[in-house]
Amino acid sequence: MSMRIITTSALAIIAASATVATAQSRDQIQVAGSSTVLPYATIASEAFAENFDFPAPVVEGGGSSAGLKQFCEGVGEGTIDVANASRQIKDSEREECAANGVANIMEVRIGYDGIVFASDIDGNDFVFTPTDWFMALGKNVVVDGAVQENTFTNWNEVNADLPDQEIMAFIPGTKHGTREVFEEKVILQGCEDSGAMAAFAEANGGDEDKAEEMCMEIRTDGKSVDIDGDYTETLARIDSAKNGIGVFGLSFYENNTDKLKVATMSGVTPSTETIASGEYPVSRPLFFYVKKDHIGVIPGLKEYTEFFVSDAMAGPGGPLSEYGLVPDPELAATQAAVAEEAVMQ
Amino acid sequence: MTDATGPIARQAGSRSLLTPDARTKKRNAAEARFRAYGVAAIVTAVLALCFLLFTIIRDGHSAFQQTYASIPVTLQAEIVDPEGNRDPAEMAKVYSMSYGRILDDALTQWIEAEGIEIEGLEASDIKGFFSGEAQATLRSQILADPELVGTTVDMTALTSSRVDGMFKARVTEESAARDAKTSPAQIALANAMKDRGALVTRFNTGFLTKPDASDNRAEAAGIGVAILGSLYMMLIVLVLALPIGVAASIYLEEFAPKNRFTDLIEVNISNLAAVPSIVFGILGLAAFINFAGLPRSAPIVGGLVLTLMTLPTIIISTRAALKAVPPSIRDAALGVGASRMQSVFHHVLPLAMPGILTGTIIGLAQALGETAPLLLIGMVAFVSTYPAAPPEGFFDPASALPVQVYNWTQRADPAFFERASGAIIVLLVFLLCMNLLAIWLRRKFERRW
Repeated sequence: MSMRIITTSALAIIAASATVATAQSRDQIQVAGSSTVLPYATIASEAFAENFDFPAPVVEGGGSSAGLKQFCEGVGEGTIDVANASRQIKDSEREECAANGVANIMEVRIGYDGIVFASDIDGNDFVFTPTDWFMALGKNVVVDGAVQENTFTNWNEVNADLPDQEIMAFIPGTKHGTREVFEEKVILQGCEDSGAMAAFAEANGGDEDKAEEMCMEIRTDGKSVDIDGDYTETLARIDSAKNGIGVFGLSFYENNTDKLKVATMSGVTPSTETIASGEYPVSRPLFFYVKKDHIGVIPGLKEYTEFFVSDAMAGPGGPLSEYGLVPDPELAATQAAVAEEAVMQ
Repeated sequence: MTDATGPIARQAGSRSLLTPDARTKKRNAAEARFRAYGVAAIVTAVLALCFLLFTIIRDGHSAFQQTYASIPVTLQAEIVDPEGNRDPAEMAKVYSMSYGRILDDALTQWIEAEGIEIEGLEASDIKGFFSGEAQATLRSQILADPELVGTTVDMTALTSSRVDGMFKARVTEESAARDAKTSPAQIALANAMKDRGALVTRFNTGFLTKPDASDNRAEAAGIGVAILGSLYMMLIVLVLALPIGVAASIYLEEFAPKNRFTDLIEVNISNLAAVPSIVFGILGLAAFINFAGLPRSAPIVGGLVLTLMTLPTIIISTRAALKAVPPSIRDAALGVGASRMQSVFHHVLPLAMPGILTGTIIGLAQALGETAPLLLIGMVAFVSTYPAAPPEGFFDPASALPVQVYNWTQRADPAFFERASGAIIVLLVFLLCMNLLAIWLRRKFERRW
């Protein structure tokens, strides 16, 4: 008896599901991509739902590359509408998109994100330059004109102005977009500034690409630890290893200023102001990409895009900057481009 | 013969049985050691469990309490209705962010009216006092009733996660002094409000009913959508896995011929039970989302994946339950002329039911706590809209309890950590209830032979 009820209801559910599946059209926007952009996208999604008569967009993380890969899978209700990215879309990704019929892509820059170096609140103060980081973490360094394996163990060996504290760095793992920025704007910069790049090029017979590669090699003797999780893991590591220095996003640091002490970079303290003005060197733009062909198909997509970059959201004093986004000085241009649905060329 | 036993008897008789010899002592010592190991193992396990429960409850109990402020709020017409027409369509154009000023002004006025003076109280302390959720509540209230514009209403609003943390020992004087998002002055203000009864900390029903909130509003986040999503998935698993699993095991156990092929199936089922759950997630992504075109983040996909994962558990426990029914029952039924199907459905299955139900509930409990396969099919999304009622709701985006926990542990605001622990407590309570139900069913219907 009970078997019959269960079997019947199972069949009913399958049948109902099948009819619903064929009849249903998606009415909420789907977003995926960078975990750095994720908090901003959730804030925008929540505010969008409470100010418009559309359901809240569903926002997934997963990383810029994973998001853009999903984004480029094709056009239609079965694919996502928006990809968040903490870097610009690559040419190879655009080709992939074009091959799958995703031709009209709108690029929207929402603002800037700073990358900060922070240590335990009760620890020493640090005043860094990119050179210090390269000298501390590079696999090969130049000492007295000779290229040699990095054997520095304390920060004051790298730079006499730094405190006598063991080198212990928690840097983002290679799957993070933040790692790329860290390598480019800190390690590579430090490599050039310290003159090591020239020495590496010389050692490789003038091959600059090889020299650049050598610059970005990070030492593997345990002084530098790759964190593949997110900033909460970095924070937990610093909590247990008090002499560690971690790489964080500005917004994460601003939410945890009672536990972290931020270091200056090239004499500039990171803040939304110094990043907006360009004084603080380690920052990057944040983007999201919209399928133009979905506008008009997925209800509210245009409104969401416009709302995200409106002054009330992304401008100074808005909820996004409150969380740590550095407002884009050229926001008006972005708003105009979104209004006329300008696609990438 | 008696001579031959003589020396042995004498040897044995030379010592009392009550004074053990060296070998007996050794055996007894070995036994005592083994018992001690056993006790040590149990103590270790109990201690680990206690530690786990202790930390979770310590971190999570505060999620069930929330601080609310109630002060009179004047709904200034120039902010909520700049055109002055009282037209809801026009008023809807004012974003909720603008309502923050109303709350800030209300708090400033209240402080003046009460004559509270706090040194170092800044505009940012007032601005950061209320949750962003309060603005949204205010806006929807006014849009629902435009008559309210210009009047003063008593409003109970959520306070921000920092203010809430002051009454949960998460924010202290010391941490507030260093924290950019709060200040000792804000603590003083909160305490002054508490003394005057304008701030209450009470049971947080919103935690159990509300959907997830963004990173700016940790105080408003709840597990409502996650509970619904988990419930939908469990329904799907129950309705699909139980009949399929029971039918498969009845056929295999009672009807199928014993040959190579059925042996192969049996080995495969046992192996499937040991397959890591992430594999089912990959399968679900490929089969249900990419091939069948089902929507991402939907309970239907989660339910189907978990069904696949639970099936082997149900089949194995059902077969064990069927095996435990004595053959004499079947023989008796067949002997009085029942068909094989009648003997199974009228006699064997009712007797095996408690075992089957126990297995099913344990399988469901396992599925309820499963996270890994759900990560791949988009259930780790930020979903702040409730799914509709079934069956349409099975296709709406939803979250799930374990995934919500995972999600919250990655957020920057420390208040989310407390909520993650709170969600773990809820999850554990559900699991405990399911296991108790399984035990109760077994006790109630169990028969021994």
